[in-house]
Amino acid sequence: MNLRLSTGPHLLSRESTQTLMLDVLIALIPTTAAGIYLFGSRAAWVLAVAVISAVVFEWLWQKLTRQPVRVKDLSAVVTGLILGLNLPAQAPLWMPVIGSLIAIVLVKQLFGGIGHNFLNPALLARGILLASWPAHMSVYYLPTRVLGATSVAPAADMTSAATALLRPSGFAPYDLLMGNIPGTIGEVSKIAILIGLLYMLFVGTVTWHVPVVFAGTTVLLTWILGGDPLASLLSGGLLFGAVFMATDYVTNPMTKRGQVVFAAGCGLIVTVIRLYGSYPEGVTFAILLMNILTPLIDRLTVRRIYGMVKKHA
Amino acid sequence: MRENKTFRGVFLNGVLNENPTFRLVLGVCPTLASTTSATNSIGMGLAATFVLVGSNIVISMLRNLIPDKVRIPAYIVVISTFVTIVQMLIQAFVPSLYEALGLFIPLIVVNCIILARAEAFAGKSSVFLSAADGFGMGLGFTGALLLIGAVRELLGNGTLFGNNILGGGFEPMLLAVMAPGGFILFGLILGIVNAITDRISARKGAKA
Amino acid sequence: MEFTLTNFLLFMVNCVLTNNFIFSRYLGCCPFLGVSSKVETAAGMGIAVTFVMGLASLFTYAVYHYILVPLQISYLITISFILVIAALVQFVEMFLKKSMPSLYNALGIYLPLITTNCAVLGVTILNIDNKYNMLWSVLNGVFGALGFLLAIVLMAGVRERLESSNIPKAFKGFPISLVIAGLMSVAFLGFAGLGN
Repeated sequence: MNLRLSTGPHLLSRESTQTLMLDVLIALIPTTAAGIYLFGSRAAWVLAVAVISAVVFEWLWQKLTRQPVRVKDLSAVVTGLILGLNLPAQAPLWMPVIGSLIAIVLVKQLFGGIGHNFLNPALLARGILLASWPAHMSVYYLPTRVLGATSVAPAADMTSAATALLRPSGFAPYDLLMGNIPGTIGEVSKIAILIGLLYMLFVGTVTWHVPVVFAGTTVLLTWILGGDPLASLLSGGLLFGAVFMATDYVTNPMTKRGQVVFAAGCGLIVTVIRLYGSYPEGVTFAILLMNILTPLIDRLTVRRIYGMVKKHA
Repeated sequence: MRENKTFRGVFLNGVLNENPTFRLVLGVCPTLASTTSATNSIGMGLAATFVLVGSNIVISMLRNLIPDKVRIPAYIVVISTFVTIVQMLIQAFVPSLYEALGLFIPLIVVNCIILARAEAFAGKSSVFLSAADGFGMGLGFTGALLLIGAVRELLGNGTLFGNNILGGGFEPMLLAVMAPGGFILFGLILGIVNAITDRISARKGAKA
Repeated sequence: MEFTLTNFLLFMVNCVLTNNFIFSRYLGCCPFLGVSSKVETAAGMGIAVTFVMGLASLFTYAVYHYILVPLQISYLITISFILVIAALVQFVEMFLKKSMPSLYNALGIYLPLITTNCAVLGVTILNIDNKYNMLWSVLNGVFGALGFLLAIVLMAGVRERLESSNIPKAFKGFPISLVIAGLMSVAFLGFAGLGN
């Protein structure tokens, strides 16, 4: 008989890593579908390669280090998918492979596996890809199909254009919302992202704090500093980052208060990088930098449990 | 642990058992800064070896004359003299290396390896053995630098010693020759070296 | 470079973030890796280094411009600067021992090790290479050290969090710390272009 030993409280919950990851995957369906529709089969290949390599690398690592293989918990699938969605549709197929290797092995498994990474794996991988092969990563391709009733004509395959961030007034808000703009596979269709957010709020995977404060801070600061607030909300990777990457609770603070600070910091850094830095988009770096600050934010905001002796007293 | 009393023993100790980069993990800054290419790695390694051997010999010769209380400043004077000499030599004879290594040539003065060996070895041992230690440590350092530098140059440039090895189809990974790549690759190589040496000593232990 | 508020702020951003001494310039790595396991110790070390780097910038500037150059022995820059720094650290040690013994004890052996911190000698030489006047030299020293302080405290925060993690044995200690530093420098790449 398989008896499971555990300490109290003996609560049975429907939640496990697998169900959490499954909810995230469901929330990502609209974005994935929109991305594949807009950018064509090339995008599907990038996503598939990213997901499959992520799963394979995790399986390999766990086998080689003689640990129980836990790919069923779907966390590698989520990492792979998010990484893929962060890439341009025309990325050479070895890029998602290398990206997945970095995300799964370097950022996650080397530090002890799920729950022990201090940085968002998909994001760090994207940062490394961006710095290593800027030519591939900084080119934004126009979608080859369009969503909704728009006057924008679909572009020929592999036509590139400047990211919407650099000429925000060049695109109508409707197109920014639907995704008929150049960008990475996952970031363009804001409506799909928002549908996903609603799902996750509904099933309780995330709370409103991080996405709302992150996006809100960015919009507010951009407006104060003279930019176009609506365009800043609907351009670039802000919504995708605020909804799917800043909300990763392994790498963000433990308390609600801490999360608000975290999200506000992200918003601040994104605005500064967008307006004053060399990179056109700052979402990747903003979230990574706040990930690094998270342990210190936790130190300041987590309440001490009564009875615990402080270590350095 | 068996005391090394022979030239060969002390020398090999510096190269392998107590390799300054991979075992003692000293001199991290120059390691990261100079391993952007294999050529620069060797340049830094040899420059450091020159200073290390020179200062070890001189400090060992003077070890009974230097009062204990001022030994650190005295060591520093000796070491920095040799660094100044090597700095002028490189500037005169290999200006391209001088450009490449820049700030890190004078920083050889504070390369922890040199001061650590002066304190731990040269101040207490004969000139002969101190020279051996200098050569061993220097060679160990150079070897380690070369390994890391070769990896970084191959990944980040597709070349080795400036020669195109990986061909036109290879798209170099720019990060490898940037600061983040240096840290990550050094960490990975160090971890792999540790894993290999652990395996080897486990096998030796099992045999014994 | 003239002293305006804009220049001052841009310079600060440049030293602390864009060209962070650890994450962009590799200066100060040894204590960064060695003293970063606890946030309090890291902060103490960072503050001590700030103090030393500021004073070192000041004194080495004076030595270079008022002694070495007039006497035409500027090739003795390396020897004289490191001696100035060693003496400075000695004095700081004695000063702390008398007036702040708790900090003196907390830093322990790491205090004399500031002498061999590449960041200290590094910044003094950079001041000369960049031809800064006395004001910018000192600011370079102080802000560079603040960048070091930021890096080492962030590192300590992360390492404290990883204390209970199951890192592979071969990587425990220095290897994983180097990887952490590398990953953090990737994040700091985001500051490129600021401070110009």
